[in-house]
Amino acid sequence: MSLLRLEPRGQASRAMVYLTPVLAVALTLASGFLLFLALGFDPVKALHAFFIQPISTARGLGELIVKATPLVLIGVGLAIGFRANVWNIGAEGQLTLGAIVGGGIGLAFYGDGGWWVLPLMVLGGVAGGMLWAAIPAWLKLRFNASEILTSLMLTYVALLLLNYLINGPYRDPEGFAFPESRMFEPDATLPHLIQGTRVHLGSLFALLAVAGGWVLMSRTFIGFQIRVIGLTPAAAGYAGFNEKRIVWLTLLLSGGLAGLAGLGEVAGPIGQITPSISPGYGFTAIIVAFLGRLHPVGILLAGLLMALSFIGGEAAQIALGLPKAITGVFQGMLLFFLLACDVLIRYRVRLGARRVAA
Amino acid sequence: MASPTPRLDLRGITKRFPGCLANDHVDLALLPGEIHALLGENGAGKSTLVKIIYGVQHADSGTLHWEGREVTISDPHAARRLGIGMVFQHFSLFDTLTVAENIALGIEDKATSLKDLSVRIRAVSERYGLALDPDRHVFDLSVGERQRVEIVRCLLQDPRLLIMDEPTSVLTPQEVGRLFETLRRLAAEGCTILYISHKLEEIRALCDRATVLRGGKVVATCDPRKETARSLAEMMIGTSLSTPERAAAAVTGAPRLEVRHLSTTTDVPFATELKDVSLEVRAGEILGIAGVAGNGQAELMAALSGETLIGDETAVLIEGRPVGHLGPRARRELGLAFVPEERLGRGAVPELSLSENALLSGYAREPLVRSGIVHFGRARSYAERIIDLFNVVTHGHKAEARSLSGGNLQKFIIGREILQRPKLLIVGQPTWGVDAGAAAAIHQALIDLARGGTAVLVISQDLDELFVLCDRISVLFHGRLSPSTPSHQTTVEQIGLLMGGLFGGSGEDEGEIGRVA
Repeated sequence: MSLLRLEPRGQASRAMVYLTPVLAVALTLASGFLLFLALGFDPVKALHAFFIQPISTARGLGELIVKATPLVLIGVGLAIGFRANVWNIGAEGQLTLGAIVGGGIGLAFYGDGGWWVLPLMVLGGVAGGMLWAAIPAWLKLRFNASEILTSLMLTYVALLLLNYLINGPYRDPEGFAFPESRMFEPDATLPHLIQGTRVHLGSLFALLAVAGGWVLMSRTFIGFQIRVIGLTPAAAGYAGFNEKRIVWLTLLLSGGLAGLAGLGEVAGPIGQITPSISPGYGFTAIIVAFLGRLHPVGILLAGLLMALSFIGGEAAQIALGLPKAITGVFQGMLLFFLLACDVLIRYRVRLGARRVAA
Repeated sequence: MASPTPRLDLRGITKRFPGCLANDHVDLALLPGEIHALLGENGAGKSTLVKIIYGVQHADSGTLHWEGREVTISDPHAARRLGIGMVFQHFSLFDTLTVAENIALGIEDKATSLKDLSVRIRAVSERYGLALDPDRHVFDLSVGERQRVEIVRCLLQDPRLLIMDEPTSVLTPQEVGRLFETLRRLAAEGCTILYISHKLEEIRALCDRATVLRGGKVVATCDPRKETARSLAEMMIGTSLSTPERAAAAVTGAPRLEVRHLSTTTDVPFATELKDVSLEVRAGEILGIAGVAGNGQAELMAALSGETLIGDETAVLIEGRPVGHLGPRARRELGLAFVPEERLGRGAVPELSLSENALLSGYAREPLVRSGIVHFGRARSYAERIIDLFNVVTHGHKAEARSLSGGNLQKFIIGREILQRPKLLIVGQPTWGVDAGAAAAIHQALIDLARGGTAVLVISQDLDELFVLCDRISVLFHGRLSPSTPSHQTTVEQIGLLMGGLFGGSGEDEGEIGRVA
């Protein structure tokens, strides 16, 4: 007879919905402790080097925000789609298209721009992402093709397109044939928000997205329709909600935000178009969306946490000489523990054998 | 007085789930050869008790004695080995397999060849008057015939206790009659039958004894033949029952809903196509559509609600306006309200609160949304008004829809539609699976609504309900709708014959009817 057993709760626990991410973080830290111990490091020092050291300076904090910005922007958009059972897995491709179109505008007006170039680039970034997300939306509604597959496959198309452009039309004419574009002019670069860091205007967009996402999902009738379609499609049909419209809306919205994130990378910290714009922000944002409980505020926190795992991983490589895979190990543990802890939302743990009623 | 050893004797069975005591010291003795009714409202603990007997669940305390011997029934295999058979309310048959193949899948004895099994199936079905051809495919069978497959599957294992869970909810009155003959013959041979139902007249006609459960406890054991349906119902609900009052039919007004030669096509296998359906519902009257499930009810509901659009827009008219091409939202704005058969998962979103569920359909005719922004305060007061006026038992507007009992949720959904002051209300299975008290309240609300001038269309399998509610009744069979008859000019038997397919002089559906003596 087991000492621990799971007992179904009568109702899903709301407290646990918010507690399990915290629990998952705690378990990840505990496992990291054991992992470092087994590897022969001083675990306290190692964890400090991984999680504390990188953000103990203003510059470090700034890097955290820089890395969190695309994750939050994309995560908010994806979460709205996920709520409606629209599974946009191709944010990485939409991000790339945002960089291609928005960045392309910046290159096109190189040398004869003005203050208006940057707004135009931002709009172009959004439009590029939307365009790329519109393809799976159309294929889904016209041919009932799964957006999971089409959006994912389009990611690779986008990366090839980027590679072609960067080796062709976008290549810096004075760049010794390196596959990179020119550096953007100041008029085509997102202004920095905080002196001494790389935090740029994109972070403000991310905060606006969080606020907008929150209003959309909790206050508007569209948000209500999204939730109903995601929870119970038959009830949405009964109520007369237009499911096609919601598919369009959620894909265009998530694609547009991913495109904006892509533009934010090239016109922000990178400053030019390169073959590797993103270290997989579009995919990591999927984890961020779920870790944040598909809630905009949660996604903001989860985005910061995932950003920390990126820069902590880099710090661990330098300070401890650990391989790059350490980042993936910590991200993986976090997702694993989150999914495992989620069982507590519907079940409670009981000690001892099955209780016999008196 | 020496009584025979009970076939199965339950003593002090208690089963607790988180937040509820499903069975509270239940004693139940089932004698050899008796037909014993287990009565109770939804949530009274009937299903839990039966699951304990069949080994699906285990009691927290209490003992089971099989023919005088204490036993533990660990799982359904153990139950079947003891000689317990069960026919579930929902069949577990594969449409694309034959009767014999389906039965072979479900019996313990895997050694018999399909051929031998067919011989045994024929023997059993002849012996008990359960006409069944082992070589036919299940998709070809009527609901009544499908049930026979389940019964024969049990009988092949020579059960000494047969549990029937709500067996008649899908049958026509004539099929019910034949089922009862079979059950009586089985009982006469010494098989014990535990019969679960909430149809009180059937229990009075069939059963020797009845045990009534309420709130998990046995509250009465009686001889149902000496009780009235009303006294049985009052034992079940514990208070006196009000019967709906139906004032003499008011003068009916202009047609609110007209359906003209509606036909649908489907490419879904085993779905029913509607064929040339015409009907008319006028202001102030209630039209009932009877029929066994699967004869086109779902398709008709979807065509009327707008969830499926009709190519010919003039096939459906609301107040004379063609609406066949309009979706549910536009039809709601024209005055249609709608209560679907599946209340959890279509009529309500299980995970959302009652306030949010009030918004689900209330948005169309109540001022709950302004320029795209939801007015949650109004949605809340709308939900509270529904809860208040329709006596919905819940801990408030924040309760999730799934936390309500079936009857209370149905009261909430019907209230939500009625409070929108519809010109036309369409209701599917208004009281299916709803306890007697809530059913009476729902019936009264529908009658009051019609008397107030709304046109009401009720689609139901429950004939008693249709006769209580309706001014006129039609029957849906294989996608065709019979002409309506005023309900005071017809009888349950006549409607039952129509439900079996005897109308319009059509020879194509030979139906069950030919075999009724």
